[in-house]
Amino acid sequence: MPHKGQAHKYGDNIDTDAIIAARYLNMHDPAELAAHCMEDIDPDFLQRVKPGDIIVAQANFGCGSSREHAPSAIKASGISCVIGKSFARIFFRNAINTGLPLLECAEAVDNIKQGETIEVDLPTGMITNLSTGKTFKAVPYPAFMMEIIDSGGLIEYMRKKSAGTK
Amino acid sequence: MTLAERILAAHSGKEMVGPGEFLNVRCDLVLSNDITAPIAIREFERLGIARVFDPARIVMVPDHFCPNKDIQSATQASMMREFAAKHKLIYFEVGQMGIEHVILPEKGLALPGQVIVGADSHTCTYGALGAFATGMGSTDIAIAMATGEIWMKVPPTIKFVYHGRPGKWTGGKDLILHTIGDIGVDGALYSAMEFHGEAIVNLGMDGRFTMANMAIEAGGKAGLFQVDATTRRYLKGRTRHKYDVYASDSDAEYERIIEYDASKIEPQVAFPHLPSNTRPISRVGHVPIDQAVIGSCTNGRLDDLRLAARVLKGRKVDPHLRCIILPGSQQVYLDALKEGLIEIFIKSGAAVSTPTCGPCLGGYMGILAAGERCISTTNRNFIGRMGHPKSEVYLANPAVAAASAVLGRIAEPGEVE
Repeated sequence: MPHKGQAHKYGDNIDTDAIIAARYLNMHDPAELAAHCMEDIDPDFLQRVKPGDIIVAQANFGCGSSREHAPSAIKASGISCVIGKSFARIFFRNAINTGLPLLECAEAVDNIKQGETIEVDLPTGMITNLSTGKTFKAVPYPAFMMEIIDSGGLIEYMRKKSAGTK
Repeated sequence: MTLAERILAAHSGKEMVGPGEFLNVRCDLVLSNDITAPIAIREFERLGIARVFDPARIVMVPDHFCPNKDIQSATQASMMREFAAKHKLIYFEVGQMGIEHVILPEKGLALPGQVIVGADSHTCTYGALGAFATGMGSTDIAIAMATGEIWMKVPPTIKFVYHGRPGKWTGGKDLILHTIGDIGVDGALYSAMEFHGEAIVNLGMDGRFTMANMAIEAGGKAGLFQVDATTRRYLKGRTRHKYDVYASDSDAEYERIIEYDASKIEPQVAFPHLPSNTRPISRVGHVPIDQAVIGSCTNGRLDDLRLAARVLKGRKVDPHLRCIILPGSQQVYLDALKEGLIEIFIKSGAAVSTPTCGPCLGGYMGILAAGERCISTTNRNFIGRMGHPKSEVYLANPAVAAASAVLGRIAEPGEVE
């Protein structure tokens, strides 16, 4: 999926209950979960979101529960990556493990408005606000983490690696 | 080295480790529950590995939506039950089960010095026993079930010192809520929290579990206590396994040291919609409530129920609200029954439930309608946490929740005496 699309902006401390409410945790299929992504804090999200779009959040995005359903729901909704000032620890691991890239870049967050068109080049960490022409630089991922993301998650990455050694 | 660093070094074959270092860590216990295990099982099976690394170190507990709340929950619980049976894992069926973080210590499975990883954010609870315990997602748990190892970054440690003796109605819940209110929900992001001081030495195990449990609510990776006489008394008779006791060095390096005067900390109430939105009980004002929930992995242990019973004994729950009490395990339930606490609850007009996470995460057994308010001894008050997105959750200790149930508004326990 290209990392290019419109920005969906959110505030500080967006918790995993807000991303996917616990009442839907009796399911675990990503597409079924995506149908309820952000429902309680942004009921219009699902109407607005298009493949490639980008979530732009403030500090501590993904705090709270360890539910991996949260990054899975975001990814299955079409979001290609999340830019934030900081991320909660468990959410960070879960996002990489499920192949959803996260970029920490406070400057980009402060200079992107709702609905602006954003392009992200993951290997270099370059973030471009195509609506204003401004560019920002996040710390790029090391090669092995890029491989995990490109594989679509940790399990696929490990399967590829074990297939390669056989 | 700090306590966290000592345990992580011992589990990665290193003499010394420091903050920021990446380690491959050996896991003593790997945990999941009925909502996180299905994904862990799916990912484990995609790995194409026939066996788990050690069935005696993998625990599955059906607690979140169990006893099954609906057909989909039943399907997920059944998937976990079958996998646990196939691989001969440690599994507690309904009737024996309790909330995972209540029963693992109770059954002597969680022990000092261990590294425990769980697909549940409140896995940090076991830090109360001097273990390094942390929550992860289902995929990480799938890897840990397959290999018995997991990569970790060594967290910096923040030391919290609680001087003095807290007042009559101030407990572990209030110390940790006050701390989260002070440092914020990301105040200990990626860090280990280490708890010290006179108030901690005098705190019982159940209060320590409450504090360690809520380390995640400050963004912490773990919340740890040193093993002392209280820990050893708790462990006596629970386990035949030997365990290793680690302690922080006297010259351990802390990222920060934060000190509080516990004698000045009143019972705390966290207002919607963040656990850091705390106020001392004297400054809560008039907040009428529709429901009170007493239970959860945070406050569903015997000492918690004793506190609630002390307030409810001989009194009636306000007829306009629902008071729901959920003992954290069958053992807690039985002990409460023998002590006469259950009779006190039922006579007061409270509903007593079989152990389950239930309402804490908006599962069942006490869901809120739009506009309703609940005082709860649970751990999170996020938007929609206990039901409708327009409902509200206020976090407090069991005595405050019980007093509020009697008076129909958020109240100090002293007000009903």
